Amino acid sequence: MGEVKVMRSRRAVGIVGYGSYIPMYRLSDAEIARVWKGGGRGPVEEKAVAGLDEDTVTIAIEAARNALARAGIPSQALQAVWVGSESPPYAVKPASTLVAEAIGATPWHLAADFEFACKAGTEALQAAMGLVGSEMGDYALAIGADTAQGRPGDQLEYTAASGGTAFIVGPAEEALARCLGSLSYVTDTPDFWRRAYQHYPRHGGRFTGEPAYFHHIESAARALMEAMGMTAADFRYAVFHQPNVKFPRRVAKRLGFTPEQIAPGLLSGRIGNTYAGAAITGFSATLDVARPGDRILLVSFGSGAGSDAFVWEVTEKIEARRDLAPTVEAYIRRRVEIDYALYVRYRGKILMK
Amino acid sequence: MIEKVADNWRLRGQRYRLEGEVCPHCGAVIFPPRDICPECGKPAKEPKPLSGRGEVYSFSTVYSPPEGFEAYVPYTVALVKLEEGPMVTAQLTDVAPDEVEIGMKVEMVTRKLRARGEEGTIIYGYKFRPML
Repeated sequence: MGEVKVMRSRRAVGIVGYGSYIPMYRLSDAEIARVWKGGGRGPVEEKAVAGLDEDTVTIAIEAARNALARAGIPSQALQAVWVGSESPPYAVKPASTLVAEAIGATPWHLAADFEFACKAGTEALQAAMGLVGSEMGDYALAIGADTAQGRPGDQLEYTAASGGTAFIVGPAEEALARCLGSLSYVTDTPDFWRRAYQHYPRHGGRFTGEPAYFHHIESAARALMEAMGMTAADFRYAVFHQPNVKFPRRVAKRLGFTPEQIAPGLLSGRIGNTYAGAAITGFSATLDVARPGDRILLVSFGSGAGSDAFVWEVTEKIEARRDLAPTVEAYIRRRVEIDYALYVRYRGKILMK
Repeated sequence: MIEKVADNWRLRGQRYRLEGEVCPHCGAVIFPPRDICPECGKPAKEPKPLSGRGEVYSFSTVYSPPEGFEAYVPYTVALVKLEEGPMVTAQLTDVAPDEVEIGMKVEMVTRKLRARGEEGTIIYGYKFRPML
């Protein structure tokens, strides 16, 4: 199995600004169940649905603007703009250059799109930490955003949602949350995939649970906590990838975390699974309520499969910056319920010609 | 339709991030950028990022859209008076037509304007939504 490798940068790094975006439309699982099963419920209450003029790029742009507002740095100071997503609007042409142009960061920076199912955003975050931690740059923007699609009637349709979060990584002295350590745990595990030119993904049914979600999250979380000499009791909060409500609750319990520790970051019941945006939007919501000194464990999961784990420590800088952009809660409260018919129109599921 | 990629590309600064100009001679804020100050007629090429905040001056809801906007009907187009002075014509978004009022505070967001068919480029640009 090899040796556990915890990543710590030479220069201490952290998050200097963070921001999220969640579209305002909501589709309830009861409405999906009414259409496909004649009634009943689903794994979440409702999910966030992107409007007609929204996609991964527009979600990423607003999240990035919120992160810049909290960081208080000019966009021209960014030396990388990285977007992680499984639903970029173009198959070929970066989403990152569009985002960078919209926030005014171009042209002197790195730009690329990351792909690793639901952990593409945390992968971008680790890369940003590497860039700043190695002193190759002072500020890097990492975003995870998605407008996830499930096949109509499939189990995934009940949860596949839209949203995203952006982080600006910078030197620890300027950070509102310092990174104390991070690692990744990956194996080749085909629990969920989408072949080229296919519109909807496929998944391995029950196979997505134990060998995929639970194995990778638990392996990453246990290894990082053990390497750092920490247990669940050393954290104020924990955030796990949230494809539904049941999985993160169960993995939290197995790792020794209480329901209170995961409460602020468990959003899937109210917005669904925002894929590359999921764990990090939960983390963003947790930063919205955290206090200086709080430690937060963040563990993502991406199908295919892998988990990125992080230990964060919130600093006193959080207090002054939190209110410089809308909170996750403000976006969740901005809510317009739609029915299944409007949903299929908004998500382009009707053949028009 | 022949793709006019360059036409849209040239406008990316003003479209994506509402970048205007400021006249170095009389101080007028200009949007859209036109390199000649409409107030004093002198050259004005200094870029100026605008806040994106403003209010609805007037509006109209579109039910018979021009080509390329059919998918968005009904949508509301407004004259938005920006905080910095200029008046901008733009679509409103994240708001039902019957919720729009003159004087409503709005803010700029970057959204999809339209896509050029299934194979062409996607055009992004500014719209305005009710202030969060």
